[in-house]
Amino acid sequence: MTDDYEHYEAVVVGAGPGGAAAAATLARNGVETLVLERGVDAGSKNVSGGLIYAEESSPYTIDELFPGFREEASDREVTEHYIHNVAGREVKTFDLGELHHHDTEWADSVLRRKMDSWLAREVHEMTRETGGGLLTEVRVNGLLREGAEIVGVTCDELDPIEADVIIAADGVNSELARDAGLMDWEEPDEWFQGVKAVVDMPEGAIEGRFDVDGDEGVAHLFSGDLFENVRGGGFLYTNDESLSIGTVFHLDSIADERAEPQELLDNLLTHPLLTDWLGGEYDELEYSAKLVPDSKKVAHPSPYRDRLLLVGDAAGQMQAQGPIIKGMNHAVTAGALAAEAFVDARSRGDTDAAGERYVAKLEAEGVMDKLRPTRYRTLGKLGEVGPVASAMDAVTDSVVGRAAISALGDRAESLFNSPFLMGMLPDTRMGYVTVPTVIAEELGEPVDGLNTVEPPELDDRIGDLTYDVDEGNPHIELRDNAFAASGTAVTACPVSAEDFGGGCYRDEYVGTNGTEEHVVSLDTQPCVECGTCAVVADTDWTHPRGGKGVEYERG
Amino acid sequence: MHTVVLTKGVPDFREGQVSFDDDGHLERGKTPTVMNPNDRHALRAALQTKVRNGGTVSLMSMGPPGYMEVLQEGMRDVYADDLYLLSDREMGAADTWATAMTVATGIQKLADPPDLVFAGFKTADGETGHTGPQTEWCLDMPLVTHVISLDIAEDEGILRAKRLVEGDVEEIETVEAPLPAFVVADPEFEPTYRRADHRLRHKDLRETAGDRADEFGEYLDDGSDLDPTDWDRFTMWDHAALNLDPDYIGLDGSPTIVAGVDPIPKAPSEREATVVDPNDDAAMGGVVEELAPYAGGD
Ligand SMILES: Cc1cc2nc3c(=O)[nH]c(=O)nc-3n(C[C@H](O)[C@H](O)[C@H](O)COP(=O)(O)OP(=O)(O)OC[C@H]3O[C@@H](n4cnc5c(N)ncnc54)[C@H](O)[C@@H]3O)c2cc1C
Ligand code: SF4
Repeated sequence: MTDDYEHYEAVVVGAGPGGAAAAATLARNGVETLVLERGVDAGSKNVSGGLIYAEESSPYTIDELFPGFREEASDREVTEHYIHNVAGREVKTFDLGELHHHDTEWADSVLRRKMDSWLAREVHEMTRETGGGLLTEVRVNGLLREGAEIVGVTCDELDPIEADVIIAADGVNSELARDAGLMDWEEPDEWFQGVKAVVDMPEGAIEGRFDVDGDEGVAHLFSGDLFENVRGGGFLYTNDESLSIGTVFHLDSIADERAEPQELLDNLLTHPLLTDWLGGEYDELEYSAKLVPDSKKVAHPSPYRDRLLLVGDAAGQMQAQGPIIKGMNHAVTAGALAAEAFVDARSRGDTDAAGERYVAKLEAEGVMDKLRPTRYRTLGKLGEVGPVASAMDAVTDSVVGRAAISALGDRAESLFNSPFLMGMLPDTRMGYVTVPTVIAEELGEPVDGLNTVEPPELDDRIGDLTYDVDEGNPHIELRDNAFAASGTAVTACPVSAEDFGGGCYRDEYVGTNGTEEHVVSLDTQPCVECGTCAVVADTDWTHPRGGKGVEYERG
Repeated sequence: MHTVVLTKGVPDFREGQVSFDDDGHLERGKTPTVMNPNDRHALRAALQTKVRNGGTVSLMSMGPPGYMEVLQEGMRDVYADDLYLLSDREMGAADTWATAMTVATGIQKLADPPDLVFAGFKTADGETGHTGPQTEWCLDMPLVTHVISLDIAEDEGILRAKRLVEGDVEEIETVEAPLPAFVVADPEFEPTYRRADHRLRHKDLRETAGDRADEFGEYLDDGSDLDPTDWDRFTMWDHAALNLDPDYIGLDGSPTIVAGVDPIPKAPSEREATVVDPNDDAAMGGVVEELAPYAGGD
């Protein structure tokens, strides 16, 4: 008897940039919109690097949808961009300004708690006028179906709700996308893992140490041999009064190398290049982690089913344009386009057509080609074929390759600045490790400086986070605790480590009947809900109930 | 739907707040007054009714003018619309009966007669649990006590409640009562909001009531020359306004005779403590030696 269910014209799940953009666009068009967010506050579950881009070619940008965004919700306008190729102490820095400015109206640094909670307040006001509103601490736990058709959502905290359209903006571990059979969490090579520290800066330090004005900021990227052959890189962005320093790696590489994410971050934090910026004093305000999808592989070409439309990370729409990460802006664009598609469909009296219209808009606006560039499909993927990748890598590292790079000299900078080349960069060791290392060795200068930073131990990092633990109600369950099935999580989980008893995953040897089994155990108490183990271990993975679990204050 | 909630101020018994004199008597002047903790359950039940069924909530107390702050706190908690304080010297030192008489008269004087009256289960200072039921007796309404969950079917004019009955075994009883009715909320009362529109209304009310409570705060501010009784949502009635005979209220109207008072044993003012470093083997050995006799049952 669905007549008894509450009904809204639109239900938006998740109040990140995707959900906020969708809800604002729906509300502006008079659609009765309910937004459900599981965190105690919007942004309390979210992490990004984070630079938010306003793309010139994009039909929607965050400041158009939310006037006042840049004054109220973002930190600094980032006007300088560099990439540092590192080999030991040798560093070759390239100005990456061209790549950053390509198709960019502006790019601002943001902290997600501040940004998302501001957006949520705006969204609540706008949607309240339509008869809906925004609720926090509500976790949507599945799709409501009538027969086989999706007609609404089910929640932990509320009775089922019907809607004419459901916009799933529930992020990288979208339970709705999975419930609808549109995404799975199976292949590590389809995801990146990001780990980040927010570092306090004394008043005036950013201006002094980075040589910028009060409202300007800088972006620094790092690649080379800093990260023990793990494919990915590091970043440092200046916020109003803090730095966001982090790493983003291909999850398959983290898993294969048995790398400890927090140690890779520490490699960056302790590199001499950061000495002057960190200024000898290191006060880490927050440690965080999250997965992001690699749109080149998983951006769903048809992200809808029945009344359910996926946007942002939930649809795999997170673009890594070489070292530049663009997820928030694509979530905004997709959120607004999905809403627009529903509004169009509604005005024609055919709300069921919203999904098809949304897909058409993603194509027509060129979003899909940014997310899954044709040139990557033809060239990049080829580069990832094992023997080809090894050969390319060997050539780069050979006398010939080195000579070529030496000969290129600073002209290499313009190659790094080519969006075209970056779009087809294969996801191999060559691009992330070998080329930057060889560049640093052939063209770099040694950095001096003694970096005395001692990053906090993992237990201190965990201890400084705020949690509301759902006692006796673990949100992740191990389906197979054999080390072979789930052991990768011991190292890949950003709050676990080998020989560390205080994290989520631990490996153990259990003796039964004279045999010894290598197994893992799981305690979700320190979990930061990054999603890693959903992909690399054999688990039943869900988000904690509304408001429960980790609560980021910065994000 | 008009709901009235009864509340009172009690000494803040939390550790560090409460002051006793040398004879172990409570020093009221030095102990802050806070809302009776059990009234919060009544407030929550009233709030649930307001959120789900709409209408207004009036918060009423009998006591000294200092209770105005308790009412203000209640306004923030229960999103009350109107505050009532029954207060003058003649009402002082009342027992539960005289309190019930006074409060019931106050309720009867309300221009909008209530559909529901809520009371907490007992006070943290008196602990009698009488005032609610005695007030109900004066009002002659159906009484439902120990309520742990509540549903109001306004169109049918009834309430449906679950109540906790404690006997040899704990039982949960489901009852119905016609409105208007008197409800005593149990500490186990848990409001539930399973509909999005309820939660949204809750959010709206929180905002408006918070603003309202802040506005009242300006009248209560120490430095303010505003008179709280001028605030349009606050009413103070003395015995004359309630047309009550001083012989039947306050101390004179209280049949309860206090037979005696036992002083509360003094809390140990100082405990001796030695800080032991867990890495100091010798010191830890000493701790084990101290504890060993207890572990052995001595
Ligand atoms: C370390 C790191 C660095 C990054 N750097 C950048 C960068 O510099 N620039 C950039 O643009 N992008 C960056 N990203 C990516 C970016 O953060 C994401 O692409 C972006 O946040 C996606 O937005 P979204 O709205 O789709 O999802 P999210 O921002 O993840 O929001 C999803 C929301 O849904 C809520 N939710 C989830 N499940 C439920 C549920 N079941 N019920 C209710 N609510 C739910 C969540 O609590 C959350 O608020 C980075 C990511 C990481 C991890
Ligand atoms: S337990 Fe899983 S989801 Fe939680 S922090 Fe570790 S890897 Fe991430």
